[in-house]
Amino acid sequence: MYEEYLSQKVKEIKPSGIRKFFDLASQMEGVISLGVGEPDFATPWKIREAAIYSIEKGKTFYTANQGLLELREEICKYQKRRFNLDYDPIKNTIVTVGGSEGIDIALRALVNPGDEVILLDPSYVAYMPGVQLAGAVPVTITLTQENQFKLTPELLEAAITDKTKLLLLNFPNNPTGGFMTKEDYEKIVPIIKQHDLLVITDEIYAELSYDEKFCSIASFDEIKDHVILISGYSKAYAMTGWRLGYVLAHETFIKAMNKIHQFVIMSAPTAAQYGAIEAMRHCDSEIESMQQSYMLRRNYIVEGFNNLGLETFMPQGAFYIFPCIKSTGMTSEEFCEALLNDQKVACVPGTAFGDAGEGFIRVSYAYSIDQIKEALGRIELFLNKIRK
Amino acid sequence: MKELALLSLLEKNARMEVKDLAMALQESEENVLNTMSDLEKRKVICGYHTMINYDHLNKDDVMALIQINATPEREYGYDRVAANIYKFPEVDTMYLLSGAYEFLVIIKGKTMQDVANFVASKLAIIESVTGTSTYFVLKQYKNNGVAFVADEDPNDRLVVTP
Repeated sequence: MYEEYLSQKVKEIKPSGIRKFFDLASQMEGVISLGVGEPDFATPWKIREAAIYSIEKGKTFYTANQGLLELREEICKYQKRRFNLDYDPIKNTIVTVGGSEGIDIALRALVNPGDEVILLDPSYVAYMPGVQLAGAVPVTITLTQENQFKLTPELLEAAITDKTKLLLLNFPNNPTGGFMTKEDYEKIVPIIKQHDLLVITDEIYAELSYDEKFCSIASFDEIKDHVILISGYSKAYAMTGWRLGYVLAHETFIKAMNKIHQFVIMSAPTAAQYGAIEAMRHCDSEIESMQQSYMLRRNYIVEGFNNLGLETFMPQGAFYIFPCIKSTGMTSEEFCEALLNDQKVACVPGTAFGDAGEGFIRVSYAYSIDQIKEALGRIELFLNKIRK
Repeated sequence: MKELALLSLLEKNARMEVKDLAMALQESEENVLNTMSDLEKRKVICGYHTMINYDHLNKDDVMALIQINATPEREYGYDRVAANIYKFPEVDTMYLLSGAYEFLVIIKGKTMQDVANFVASKLAIIESVTGTSTYFVLKQYKNNGVAFVADEDPNDRLVVTP
């Protein structure tokens, strides 16, 4: 009966497709989950120790709105060292509460009612609500397995209208594992420039790139000032629970985003910021060893799923595979629900990430090979039953 | 064949099946087996041991670290005196070190008396050995990268997250 009090915008947001599976799976005993979107590694001890020390030293106050200058300097050095990008710690940087806050303040700072924002479908669950809450109109581009879930120039051109303001990208991609190389970006950059679009690029999985070298769309000088780069610590440094990310963008955009950030957040958690300074100074080798582990698991799980007859392309980034389950004749949701009930294996239906996810499931390989092996065995039993 | 990747997998789990290794490395099982036997021949892989925490068995076995001072020999340097030490089966591990003493030896024995006897009657009497200091291990916290005192729950993640 209190529904009538809710805001129209909130009422229009669809309930999360993941929630249902979370509720089902968390009530079961003996579930093997391949449904988690976070690393299985604990945060490297150096980082935890640095944060604990900061608390012991009494660093328990607010920081500057944009974050500790020392951290912003490390962020800019890191982006230069790892990806050859030039940003200024004072003009171009805000430290945020996870990459998620970065997406939200970027959208709210940049769009007006009626502006169209182009989203990829499938895509991470937070983008569509973010666009809706900012009052803009979401326009989706359907990506396909045939194109390895890449954004092609033809698809982009077809989605642009005279109302298009912004394009939201996320490569390496959650949920598909899709990846854009420098050559792939070279084909779409001229279109972005020609139509004067802004780009929000969520590069949270940049460090989890495998056979191909990661390329940021911000590395194209001709559009760099139009790019709002979002990144953070969750995936590369296994720091999901710390809730820390950052935005890099043109000074004018940073000032606008900081207007929202300073009132809504004040500043990101201080201890997490001290941990992050240590992460960026001393943890390049930890990133690499985790990346190596993920790559071996990826090889293992892709072959495993293909051997089960569920067609799976080899993703070049992130820690997800996106197997096609159309051969079973079931919908994504039916498949995931039946698999969970029958064999207690939790995956996420592709449709949780958009309509284009129908026929696919998202499977995370942020698990040990032993756990993946056990899950593959159970999925095989399930498939044998339903194929009879 | 990515030897280092193969070794990193085996180092974590020496019992991993060849079929699984092949899948993770994107190689044929035959290639994995050949590479493993080649690494064994080259003494890169020196064994597939089990890491055991005997503390959990309530056994009274003891472990000691012994610092050894020794003088080198013409032509052989430290190698011959080292061989005179490491060939004793009581010696589990042995290193030549820089610094205040020459060798660090790890000894495993049934009792403290065993270890003391070994030092007195076998080690100290070797001609080139000029001195020893013995340290008994009271508690093992970590061995080969594995913490023996588990205080972290690796399964703390929610079952399904975006």
